[in-house]
This record gives sequence, C-alpha cells and structure tokens, in this order.
Amino acid sequence: MEILLSLLVGVLMSVSVWMLLSRNLVKFLFGLVLISNVANLIIFKVGGLTVGAPALITDGGSAEYANSLPQALVLTAIVIGFGLVSFTLVLAHKAYQAIGTLNVDEMTLAEKRQDPADSEKSS
Amino acid sequence: MNGLLIACLLVPMMTAALSFILTSDVKSRGVISIFGSIALLMLSFILLYQVASGGPVSNQMGGWQAPMGITLIADMLSAILIVVTAIVSLCVNVYAVGDISRDRIAGGFFTFLNMLIVGVVGAFLTGDLFNMYVWFEVMLISSFALLVLGGNKVQLDGAVKYVAINLISTVLLLTAIGLLYGLTGTLNMADLFIRVPQVENQALVTVVAVLFLVAFGIKAAVFPLYFWLPASYHTLPISVTAVFAALMTKVGIYALIRTFTLIFPGEHSVVDTTLLGLGLVTMILGVFGAMTHSDIRRILAFHVIGSIGFMLLGLGLGSALAMGAAIFYMVHGILIKALLFMIAGIVGKLGGSFELSRLGGLYQERPGFSMVFLFAALALIGIPPLSGFWAKLLILEAGLHHDAAIVITFVIIASLLTFIPLMRIWLEAFWKPQPLESGPKIVESLDSDIIVVENGSVKSAVPLVVPPNLYIWTPVLGLSAVMLIIGLMPGKIIELSDTAAKTLIDPSAYIDTVLPNRSAAPGNLNEVQK
Repeated sequence: MEILLSLLVGVLMSVSVWMLLSRNLVKFLFGLVLISNVANLIIFKVGGLTVGAPALITDGGSAEYANSLPQALVLTAIVIGFGLVSFTLVLAHKAYQAIGTLNVDEMTLAEKRQDPADSEKSS
Repeated sequence: MNGLLIACLLVPMMTAALSFILTSDVKSRGVISIFGSIALLMLSFILLYQVASGGPVSNQMGGWQAPMGITLIADMLSAILIVVTAIVSLCVNVYAVGDISRDRIAGGFFTFLNMLIVGVVGAFLTGDLFNMYVWFEVMLISSFALLVLGGNKVQLDGAVKYVAINLISTVLLLTAIGLLYGLTGTLNMADLFIRVPQVENQALVTVVAVLFLVAFGIKAAVFPLYFWLPASYHTLPISVTAVFAALMTKVGIYALIRTFTLIFPGEHSVVDTTLLGLGLVTMILGVFGAMTHSDIRRILAFHVIGSIGFMLLGLGLGSALAMGAAIFYMVHGILIKALLFMIAGIVGKLGGSFELSRLGGLYQERPGFSMVFLFAALALIGIPPLSGFWAKLLILEAGLHHDAAIVITFVIIASLLTFIPLMRIWLEAFWKPQPLESGPKIVESLDSDIIVVENGSVKSAVPLVVPPNLYIWTPVLGLSAVMLIIGLMPGKIIELSDTAAKTLIDPSAYIDTVLPNRSAAPGNLNEVQK
C-alpha cells in the first residue's frame, strides 16, 4: 500500500511539474492544484499508514492506533490550499479580462521596457 | 505562561478586524490602524526588554507541553525583528493614510496591511515548523490581497507572477516539512535540533535542507529565484511596496537563519558553502540589476535583492561574528528600504513620475527634502557614520576573521557599485534641471492614484502633481531620525545583534526554554509515533 502511494506521489508530481511548465496560465493553475495535493499526499504517506485503526482512543485503549498528527496537518494544508487556489483562479480570470490573454509570454505589461529613447520615437 | 507573546499577535489581528468593522470612514480606519501599530510598538519594546534581561521567552499554547503542543518563543533575534517590524508598521500605517486612495481603503487596505503584520510577527514568534508554514500563508494571502486591491492592468500582471512563484514556494515548503516529519517524527524546532542528528540517513536530511533552502530562497528573493520581485514590486502603490520590500523578503531570510542554525546546523557544510556562494551572486546581481533600470522603484527593488545577498553572506560564514553582522544588516536593511521607498513615493508625487528621464529640478524646488533623500541614499551606500557603514563594516570584519578574501572583495565591489544607481537618482531627479515639457507625455500607469497625461488630455480627475501632506512627511522624517540615531549610536544594536547571534550559534538557552525537561523524558515521542 505504501509503495503504491509512493508511486502515485511520483507520477502525480511529474505530471504537475509538466503542467506547471506550460505557458498557458490555466494549465499552470491545474498543475498548481495537483502539486498542492501531492504535497498533502506526501505528508499523509510519511506519517505512516495504519489500516483500520482509530485515531482517537480512550484512556488505556487499544494497542494499535493511527497517527493523527499527519491527518491534522493535511487537513490544515487542504484548507489553506483551497483558499489559495480559489484566490488564484479569480486572479487569473481577472487578469484575463484585463489583459486579454492567458499566454504568460504575452503578459508583459509590468515589465515593459520603459526606454526613454522609445518614447521619444513614438512621439 | 506568558501573555505578551500572544498579545503581540492579537493586537495587530484585532486592529485588522476593528479597522474594518467599526467604521467605514476612510480617515477613522487609518486612525484605528495607527493606534494599533503604536500598541504593537510598545508591546514589542517590552518583549525586547524581557528577552534582553531574562533570555528567551516562550509560551506553550493551550498548556500542551512541547513537543506535543504548539510553541511560541521569542529569542533575541525574534524580539529585535518584531521591534523593527512594529516600527515599519507604524510608519507605513501613517504614510498610507496620506498615500492610499479612498477606494483601496474602503476595500479593506488597513485590514490586509495589519494581517500582513500578524503573519510577519507570527513567523518570527513560532517555534514550530508547521506553524511557520501557516504564518507564511497568513502573510502571503494578505500580501495577495494588497497586491490586487484596486488593481489596474499592470498591477494584475505583476500579481499573477508574484502569486504563481509564491505558491510554488509554498508547496515546496510543505513538502519539505512533510519529509522532515517523516524522518524525525516531530516538527517542533527545538526538538528537531535534538532529533535531526539522530537520523540515520543523513543524505536524506541534506535533501530536505536543500528543499527548505529553495522554498525560503524564493520568499527571500535569493539568486536565482528573485525574478518575481522586480517584476511585481513596482506595480504597487508605494506604501505597499515599502512594507513588502522592508519585511517580506526579510521573513524569508529569518526563516533561512532559523532553519540553518537550529535544524540543520554546522555539519551540512555543502549547504553552508552554497549559501555563501548564493549570497555573493545575489549581492552582485542585485547591484548590477539596479544599474540597468531608470525607474526609481525598480532601482530600489534591485537594491532589496542586493541587501539580501549581504545577509546571506553572514549566514553562510556561520560564525557568531558573521551572524551578528547579518542581524545588524537586517535591522538596517528593513528600516532603510522602508524609508527609501517612502521617499520615492514623495518623489513620484512631487514630480508626477518615477521615470528618471522625466524628473528633475527637485533640489531647486525642495532643498530640504533633497537632503532627506541624500541622507537615506548615503545610509544605504554605507558612508560613515551612517547605519549602512556599520552594517558593511561588520560583514567585512567577519570576512577578515574567516580569511575569506573572496567575500571581502565582493562586499567592497558591491558597496562601491551601490553608489552608482543611487547617485544616478540624485543627479537625474534632484540635480539636473526640470526637463522641458516637449510633446505629449506617454502614459505609464505609475500607480493608479497618479495617472499621467496622454496626448495632452487628462485621463484622471486626480491632479498630476499631488502635494505630499503631513501624513506623508511625518513617517519619513521620523524614520530618518531613527536611522540617524542608529548611525550615530550603533553600539546598543550591535550588542543586541551579537547576543542574538550567540543564541543562534549555541541554542541551548532556546532549547531549554522550549523543552525544560528534555533530558528527563527522551524518546517519549517515539511511543506516540506508532
């Protein structure tokens, strides 16, 4: 099970890196969604998998129990990741409306060369 | 139990909430925010006093003892940085009342600014790695909001890049934290100090260390991960740029210092050498970048990167002397960057542009203000007896101590080259006569508050030249006075930085504060971890 999960993490990580390298902002965003879930899976996996054991036990309860800390960490990370991803989606939408393109190569408004020679030529 | 640490977080948090809830009036929101930051400043001085007199102060949240519970801890480094953060927060809050447009304040500008401060203070205070990730997120999401607030096209374009690279850094940080947890079974930084050397697979520890280096390196704008910074900072209103440039990157540096002194100290010499090399390259490239630009804000943005290099050098050299120099440089760097950006804002308001070729004659118009700029520029360059001189002198001294000829050479070259872009601002914007208004001005949206004329027709109701008001002058003059005092009397701060550095090199006081009975109960965590 752990090996399967590790393989899954590897595959998902490579897929998401491939998507992150895309010039299209939407593809990049999907890559971001994927890679943040991969990070969650990593935390879940390295915490150790226990099958069928409870995380919460009573005093002096059963000998076998699941490590609840990774679950708490993953839960926090999911909530934060959800907020960030939804913000980024709205930002991408806004940027598309304002700039008119989703190709990051063409999104150069902020770093246009403000060369005085150029502005003299145009005037 | 110490309520002071929680108060340092609660005060800006409450300020953020109250400034939004209590009133919708623009000025009152600013006033609430200013009072909040004054309260934070007082608290931070009390904290600094406590730490200076009694060593690190800690607080176990909810009464759960470390390493089980979440720890808040302030050692000397944190206390110094919180004081500096509070000073910047106060200055920017006052400045913003005069600078930020009404619609931005109505959209919650002061709320996000104060939440950003909460994130910064939280990152400085936390003794838990996962918690640090959470505070980084608090800081990040507030910075996103500040980035896009009242956004025009250019601002959105810069924001996309800033958000994208920061989210990648966040994922790397989370992955690194996960792997470190898998290796050690704890995320409490004091506990990690004990457990990381016990890990059998030290090669894997180095891998995790490099992951942390990359994740925090992106936040700190370290070479080769700094391209997002000059791509986005100049698109923002100047108050936001000032607080970003002063604080955001330094939190990354703080996190690097913390991780590489507490979690991965000493023996990972590969990483230390890498830090040193990165510091040198960052320093030089920052200065070269500054020379190629003609927009004041972009010149200053590259100086932010350059100063990051100086701080990394201190961390890379690794001795108490070098670390103390780096901490002094952080104090100097944070304050001087805030001051210079605020001054740049005034230049923009007086001249109607940030582009050097369109500015001029400011010395004739405003000799007093010109002197303030000259003072700040010379302090950044490091002309004795101003603060930058002491910062660079300390780094040089540390370099001499290590016989690191390369470091000394590079520091001197970088310091000399820093002179050129700043003097270019002085000559172009202040010294040369005002350029004649020939032909139509080209629109570059400088800040959505100042929209410049295109083809002779005014595009915005906001007048071209906005006279700076009292809210803008007070923080600039106040911060200049602080810088002057630091320059003339650096002894106290150097002493505090050295104490902070000694705690970093020998963290036994830090560890004992977090884990008071660590020798009594070793390995109790192994039982919990399956």
